[in-house]
Amino acid sequence: MIQRNSFKRKTLPALAMAGPVSIWMILFVTLPMLYIIYISFMSRGVFGDVVYTFSLDSYNTLLDSTYFKVIVKSIKAASLTTLLCLLIGYPFAYYIANKPKEVASKLIMLIMIPFWTNSLMRLNSWLLLFQTSGPINKFLLFTGVTDTPLNFVYTNGLVMVGLITSMLPFAVLPMYSSIEKLSKSLLEASADLGASKRTTFFKITLPLTFPGIFSSIILVFIPSLGMYYVTDMLGGGKVLYIGNIIKNQFGAIRNWPLGAALSVLLILITGLLIFIYTRFAKIEDMEVV
Amino acid sequence: MSLSKLQKRKRFGELIGMIYSIAIYTVLYIPVLVMMIFSFNDQRYNYYWNGFTTEWYSKLFSNSTVIGSLWYSIIIAVLATVISVTIATIGALGLRKYEFRGRKFINNMLFIPIIVPEIVLAVALLIIFMKVGLALGMGSILLGHCTFCIPYAVVTIKGRISGDGYSLEEASMDLGASRIQTFFNVTLPSIMPGVMSAAFLSFTLSIDDVVMSNMLAGAKNSTLPVLILSMNKSGITPDINALTTIMILVIVIAMILNNKIKNALSKRKKAEGIL
Repeated sequence: MIQRNSFKRKTLPALAMAGPVSIWMILFVTLPMLYIIYISFMSRGVFGDVVYTFSLDSYNTLLDSTYFKVIVKSIKAASLTTLLCLLIGYPFAYYIANKPKEVASKLIMLIMIPFWTNSLMRLNSWLLLFQTSGPINKFLLFTGVTDTPLNFVYTNGLVMVGLITSMLPFAVLPMYSSIEKLSKSLLEASADLGASKRTTFFKITLPLTFPGIFSSIILVFIPSLGMYYVTDMLGGGKVLYIGNIIKNQFGAIRNWPLGAALSVLLILITGLLIFIYTRFAKIEDMEVV
Repeated sequence: MSLSKLQKRKRFGELIGMIYSIAIYTVLYIPVLVMMIFSFNDQRYNYYWNGFTTEWYSKLFSNSTVIGSLWYSIIIAVLATVISVTIATIGALGLRKYEFRGRKFINNMLFIPIIVPEIVLAVALLIIFMKVGLALGMGSILLGHCTFCIPYAVVTIKGRISGDGYSLEEASMDLGASRIQTFFNVTLPSIMPGVMSAAFLSFTLSIDDVVMSNMLAGAKNSTLPVLILSMNKSGITPDINALTTIMILVIVIAMILNNKIKNALSKRKKAEGIL
């Protein structure tokens, strides 16, 4: 009787409330992730089908010069994107965080509004601006900076512009919230004790906002590795990153084990970064929204 | 004297900060403005500016491919929002309130779709759907969208659950309200702002999604972003610019109205509190 009561009072509501989300996560996150790891150890059949025999072929292929080069190139591009987003974003976040609260929340809102526009159309705008007959080239010709139109379209540089402008808010938001949480009295204490502004920044502000900076690194670096549509739109198929290669393995090329192995590589990179993050901050504290 | 020097330096710093921020906002808004401007371009494909016209706005609604994919996107986004927010609301409350084995595991699982690159989750879902023989189409896209909307919604709503919520719930039940009554009359109103933000976030994530929709789409219909991606090679036509211009205006207006209503509600609440 007591047992039944406790079932009705505790177990049943817990099941009803936490059950659906738990089942969803297990069915559509845990299982697919495990399955993709499994597939990465299978081999590819002659017709692009998956042959269920264990092999390390896909992982060996990753070390082939062609694929290895793409992996290195992607990691370099994602690192550069992250570095530039941090360098551009930190002073910006610092400026906003030092504004009164109501002003700051409006300024943050102003960052988000452009991102409600379709991301592909925003990327397309860069293409329109930088194309051979576009406004930027016309301006350069008009001012005599160049005699012939410059080619920006489908270059690494334009892809970088697309990546940075797409990722910047994800760098700014976590850094903003950690700078904003920074206690003003600490900074005053540091100044009172005779530290210069520079010393205060490097000894107090920067170390204390490091969790925010690292959240930004995770939120910019990892998606940059996989965002194939930026390279599709602005690189025109000439610039390929890991995301494009994965997509192609599940499309025309049909090599699922190889695509799965590349996915596992991305999972490992993600896992490594998260592991480092959890050494000095709690994962629940990560500002993701 | 040194004080005025300090003030001068402070003012100079403020000026630099303002110029810097304006520069960044300019870079963030340029793509949106260019997109809007080129919706008035008098040319079949957007290669260069060819003169002003509003014909794309009038022609837009007779383009059945574009309007079809817009409806497809909207239906998916609405369904994904309703499903995700429902599961996430009761899920966030359940995960917060009840201790059970595996709770930590589920909390960790919720971070995977947020952190792992979307393409990984998309192909993982694709091969699972193929394995169980689920036909690709609206259903598969919807499952995919919910899978990344639920975690974002849970995180958003969890942030709004105050520690004090339980005592109110207990008071409500002590006074004889049933569990269901308590949920709708006490718990839900207290987390409503979080639920609303979660709904807004889910809708925007779903309607703008490229990666998941592209991997899980069937051969027949495509969402608007997938249609735009496929047009990329041949050139995106100005009617798409016109459509996305209308969409951003609708979203911004909805946002402003939403804020106005929120403010009005909180004012009324305050007034009631005083009474």
